[in-house]
Amino acid sequence: MKKHFRLKPRAEQKVIQILLYMMTSVAILVLIFILAVILKNGLPQLSLEFLTTNPAHMGREGGIFSTIVTTIYLTFIALLVATPLGVGTAIYLTEYTSERVVTRIIRFGAECLAGIPSIIFGLFGFILFVNKLKFGWSILSGGLTLAFMVLPTIIRTSEEAIKSVPAAYRLASYSLGSTRWQTVTKVVLPSAAPGIATGVVLSIGRSIGETAAVIFTAGSALHLPSSIFSSGRTMSVHFYILAREGISMPKAYGTAAVLVIAILMINIITYYLMGKYISRTSPE
Amino acid sequence: MARPKANDRLIRISLLVVALSAISILAIITIFIFEQGLPIMAKYGLKNFLLGQDWFPSEKSFGLLPMIVGSLLVTLGALLIGVPLGLASAIFLTEFSTRRVSRILKPVIELLSGIPSVVYGFLGLMFLVPFIRETFGGPGLSVLSASIILGIMILPTIISISIDSIRAVPDSYREGSMALGATKWQTVRMVVLPAARSGLVAGIILGMGRAIGETMAVIMVAGNAADLPGSLLAPVRTLTSNIALEMAYASGEHRQALFATGVILFVIIMILNFLANLTARKQSRK
Repeated sequence: MKKHFRLKPRAEQKVIQILLYMMTSVAILVLIFILAVILKNGLPQLSLEFLTTNPAHMGREGGIFSTIVTTIYLTFIALLVATPLGVGTAIYLTEYTSERVVTRIIRFGAECLAGIPSIIFGLFGFILFVNKLKFGWSILSGGLTLAFMVLPTIIRTSEEAIKSVPAAYRLASYSLGSTRWQTVTKVVLPSAAPGIATGVVLSIGRSIGETAAVIFTAGSALHLPSSIFSSGRTMSVHFYILAREGISMPKAYGTAAVLVIAILMINIITYYLMGKYISRTSPE
Repeated sequence: MARPKANDRLIRISLLVVALSAISILAIITIFIFEQGLPIMAKYGLKNFLLGQDWFPSEKSFGLLPMIVGSLLVTLGALLIGVPLGLASAIFLTEFSTRRVSRILKPVIELLSGIPSVVYGFLGLMFLVPFIRETFGGPGLSVLSASIILGIMILPTIISISIDSIRAVPDSYREGSMALGATKWQTVRMVVLPAARSGLVAGIILGMGRAIGETMAVIMVAGNAADLPGSLLAPVRTLTSNIALEMAYASGEHRQALFATGVILFVIIMILNFLANLTARKQSRK
């Protein structure tokens, strides 16, 4: 249609290129701004004392020790439950069955579960764990709710990791007379391990950053949790309450900085694991 | 010889039980949310929930229309901001920048995708809300603030999935197009983007899901008034915030009405996912 000028496509290309460059700069600058503001305002708050003392006066003073402990407990329970379920599902889907109705149902379930917003998990955990099972607002209720939330991530990453183990490994194992289970545990899982670990680490990141699903299941008690049945406040929930109720902006920034640094470190570990995994599975 | 076989069967059955966990959890969640939410919807009428404009739980008035509109509006706003910026960045980083730039920036963007949503909400409250209040007037806590914050929040997701799907387009396609005399941009627009389409759509769907399901970031910047927003600068309350704001103290029918909010959110998300999957599948088949 528009072939009057030879130069036109080139001019168009120039304009587009400048436009794309500007939009990319905006996107990246905004993201970097976010990181920079948190670190600039948060890092001065950090000290060994901030990390190792409990919050006092609703968080107006003191550190965030009890919230760190609660976060770790919750994440640990979530993964303790979700990892075996997720990896088991992935093993079943890849090694023990071929594409059938059952697999389709299982995959459909995992996909739908992945799309459910965290607040719905929170509502559900509140009714089932807190009310019906009478766990109350507790580490256990929060951990189980998070486990359900991260399960789809672990299934998906484990499945991909197991699928990418070369078929030759399995054949070699079978030809040596091993059973299917021996092949899975001794050959397939070890070589899929970095991929599975990636999913686990990603899930740790999601658990640490989650607020909506946790606040109605683990509660927001500020003391150090004494058992899995005591209520606790995670770092994210603490940060949310500090910021939303305007309790202390410096402490909010400090908590945010710890959260962001923890998650950046976790993502860097993921990256490292993925690199390892790709270099192993890619053909030389 | 019989023992390994019997073992194998036992293992197969236990793995099947484990594998059914995800779908069982989905079923249990659905049952619980609906069991709690449906009776009250039946009692006061579905129409009153979906089309009622007044949310006064203490007076047994449970109109959710403002929140339904709020959720859809804010999600649309987030997509209007996140999708163009995200796609542009992905196209630029894969097709127009040097390899070194994209090799540095892609991991940076992916690292940022893990930043918790509360952090986005907090910075929105500290910087964006005052900026909008002073520049455009109004309370600052608004549809516009919520859309911008959600748009930024979904950026890393959209960028990194788009980069992956653009990179997956074979180089031979590009070479073929360039050999025919097309410019780089013509190649991108007519060859690369159509070929990467299903991946791009998947990224946008994922971003949309994150935006509509987000709770804490929205609560911080949206103002949360349970009225139909009259303008982009008016405060707004989403379905998710409705639940989170009142869950802590709600009881009786009020609490059930919050579960009814959950039911509606659940249904909207399922419909959106279904539609999005349908279009993605159609497009990838072409």
